[in-house]
Amino acid sequence: MAIETFASPETSFLFGRLTWSAIPLHEPIVVVTFIVVAIGGIALLGALTYFKVWGYLWKEWFTSVDHKKIGIMYMVLGLIMLLRGFADAIMMRLQQAMAFNGSEGYLNAHHYDQIFTAHGVIMIFFVAMPFVTGMMNYIMPLQIGARDVAFPFLNNFSFWMTVGGAVIVMASLFVGEFAQTGWLAYPPLSGIAGSPYVGVDYYIWGLQVAGVGTTLSGINLIVTIVKMRCPGMTMMRMPVFTWTALCANILIVASFPVLTACLVLLTLDRYVGTNFFTADNGGNPMMYVNLIWIWGHPEVYILVLPAFGIFSEVTSTYCGKRLFGYSSMVYATVCITVLSYIVWLHHFFTMGSGASVNSFFGIATMIISIPTGAKLFNWLFTMYRGRIRYELPMMWTIAFMLTFIIGGMTGVMLAVPPADFVLHNSLFLIAHFHNVIIGGVLFGLFAGITFWWPKAFGFRLDPFWGKVSFWCWVSGFWVAFTPLYILGFMGVTRRMRVFDDPSLQIWFLIASLGAVLIAIGIAAMIIQFAVSIWRRDELRDTTGDPWDGRTLEWATSSPPPAYNFAFTPVAHDIDAWWDMKTHGYRRPQEGFKPIHMPQNTSSGIILAGLATVCGMALIWYIWWLAILAFAAMIATAIWHTFNYNRDYNIPAADVTAVEAQRSRMLAGRA
Amino acid sequence: MSASAMAAGQPAIGRTDFYLVEEPHHEAGGFTHLGFWIYLMSDCLIFAVLFATYGVLGASFAGGPGPRDLFDLGLVALNTTFLLISSITYGFAMLAVYQGDQKKTLMWLAVTGLFGALFLVVELYEFYHLIHEGAGPQRSAFLSAFFALVGTHGLHVTFGILWLIVLVVQINKRGLIPANVRRLTCLSLFWHFLDLVWIGVFTYVYLFGVLR
Repeated sequence: MAIETFASPETSFLFGRLTWSAIPLHEPIVVVTFIVVAIGGIALLGALTYFKVWGYLWKEWFTSVDHKKIGIMYMVLGLIMLLRGFADAIMMRLQQAMAFNGSEGYLNAHHYDQIFTAHGVIMIFFVAMPFVTGMMNYIMPLQIGARDVAFPFLNNFSFWMTVGGAVIVMASLFVGEFAQTGWLAYPPLSGIAGSPYVGVDYYIWGLQVAGVGTTLSGINLIVTIVKMRCPGMTMMRMPVFTWTALCANILIVASFPVLTACLVLLTLDRYVGTNFFTADNGGNPMMYVNLIWIWGHPEVYILVLPAFGIFSEVTSTYCGKRLFGYSSMVYATVCITVLSYIVWLHHFFTMGSGASVNSFFGIATMIISIPTGAKLFNWLFTMYRGRIRYELPMMWTIAFMLTFIIGGMTGVMLAVPPADFVLHNSLFLIAHFHNVIIGGVLFGLFAGITFWWPKAFGFRLDPFWGKVSFWCWVSGFWVAFTPLYILGFMGVTRRMRVFDDPSLQIWFLIASLGAVLIAIGIAAMIIQFAVSIWRRDELRDTTGDPWDGRTLEWATSSPPPAYNFAFTPVAHDIDAWWDMKTHGYRRPQEGFKPIHMPQNTSSGIILAGLATVCGMALIWYIWWLAILAFAAMIATAIWHTFNYNRDYNIPAADVTAVEAQRSRMLAGRA
Repeated sequence: MSASAMAAGQPAIGRTDFYLVEEPHHEAGGFTHLGFWIYLMSDCLIFAVLFATYGVLGASFAGGPGPRDLFDLGLVALNTTFLLISSITYGFAMLAVYQGDQKKTLMWLAVTGLFGALFLVVELYEFYHLIHEGAGPQRSAFLSAFFALVGTHGLHVTFGILWLIVLVVQINKRGLIPANVRRLTCLSLFWHFLDLVWIGVFTYVYLFGVLR
């Protein structure tokens, strides 16, 4: 057991409770992982140094306030963390497939419990969130005809705070341990008596550091959408993806502070000895469960709404039609936004709130399926009599519709309190939320990545490897999670490490086969990226509009210049770019003016770096370092406010040169 | 927001005009007020959670002292007066800003900071007194919730005073330039917001607590 092995009340002034025994040398799996990561990391750092790209990375990327570059960095973070989160997934599948007939499997309880916790935390906070935020960052300003977001420095800072959180969570793999509490760290298990060592502290500070970034980026993107739309783009002319981004960011601002406050209270319980969630001195652990789900339920809509937006853009583009029922799509999105805030209790019907309370939350939950159903019909009616092009993004969309329907229906089943009493905490629930998060969020993100890749990089993705990935992912998903639905019906609970009943093993074997298929899908996707970069000249998009798109991001070049649009566009209709194309728009060739843009700054990465150090110091009780890092953060922030010159002008000559280059490119194709 | 209204000061936009020939003028930092307002609302949610926590745990004394044994309403009235006065003086500072009177602005800011500091001194005295009496945040869930709510407010005031000092330096250095006025307006919002939260704390925690 972890507690006896590690927990030591002694802390030294210099290193807090950090000692050599914090390095898990007795865990061969971790040691091998560390060696592999270290070799890979040294190779990467060596290569970066050898090719002398550090200066380039620092100047052009790390300190950049360009929403496009920040968006891409978010996507890279999400991809890296997907590999870590998936490694956890496949380890769990393997363990559960093995641990029958008296076998203990290959993971001890301490390690296994960390893995299922880390898997959930990483997949939600450091895979899905960066992907979604990255997507909104890159695409939304282009869709509304803006040059950047409202607060470019804040955007850079938010990104690095997200990275800081990811770094903290990753560090727990090699120094100390991660939480063994499940991804929401319910007390009293997550209290200091239940989890005395650093695991839960890694969890808390990882999420707090990343959470600051998420909240600030939510504020930033709301202001961008409200204030920076181009002339003529009224609210009801905004692209649907921008609408869903607006609603998702409103949800972020309306829910992440609750997570912050809830985790602060847990922190006080652990660090100061308060009694918010303890079982004695009047504390109330169920209050934590309420608070965390008041954040947690909106969170899943933060993830899925932008995915719905992506499907809307993809469907109307590849069907060559205006989206069916634009207004109903917008209203459905807004309805879901509101409803998502009043259903949190369905995560714990079994808590015993009584029939009336359970009924209210059960019915509210079921009502969400109405606007969601309206969305599905809108997509179907957009396809009806459309000239459908079965390119990869459209394939992901169709796979989503078929998959998500099932996930939605099992969700309605779980929303029925009596059924939930049977299915609560079972593998049925696990199958359900993977069904909606993989089938909804992830498929949407993959559709979006394939759809907008040419915009971001100037060349399309290789369709062959994309299709390999698509079929492996979709079939792999079903092979992996159908058995979990079945096992859930049989009453198998989640987070089990070993099993007694040998008749269950076949289902876990099938599920691991599914996980292997998904692994091939991920590999194929990475091969797809590599092959596409390799063959980029054949896949080149010179038009800026490779799919015959409809919204403003396709009006500019691929990739767009730093200033996005040489002249601020004017929208006359919902699909502004389609309207421009059909009304004789001619690209301006002269008369360019200087463009006012924000300057790069290193303050964001420095502040986030200090926050990460502060978090690590707090985890290890190294108080002097925590105070020092915090003071340095304040000082850096104040120092940053003394810089009043944050903008510069791109000279008209430069704009003219970039646009002339584009003219040549367009002419070369014609 | 019609296209013509958005492009005020420019020739009207025709149906086939698809871009603006003149770059629309955005005042630098013109979005800050909305952004800061939304930030305040997110902060308000943190306080909402702490109020709700106090609402749930406020009667969980665990056999320890309750509000009636602990709260000294006279002290809290003094405290509240300090904070309310500081809000008024901040208002005077903003009036001076609009008159373009830098000296008067700085004077009123100093007075505001002073009253904010006095508020903090009284609060710290109260905390010290409570802990000294054995009614620290560890004693019961009620006291945990009390210290969390009042302490978070106090931390905000501390941060506000720090911000105020930085702004005084910046106004001294650069005068009442638009960037500094914008910052002053944001701090003004922040300061009045804290005042409002305190009225909630005063009523809900102290007055209701003693009544209960």
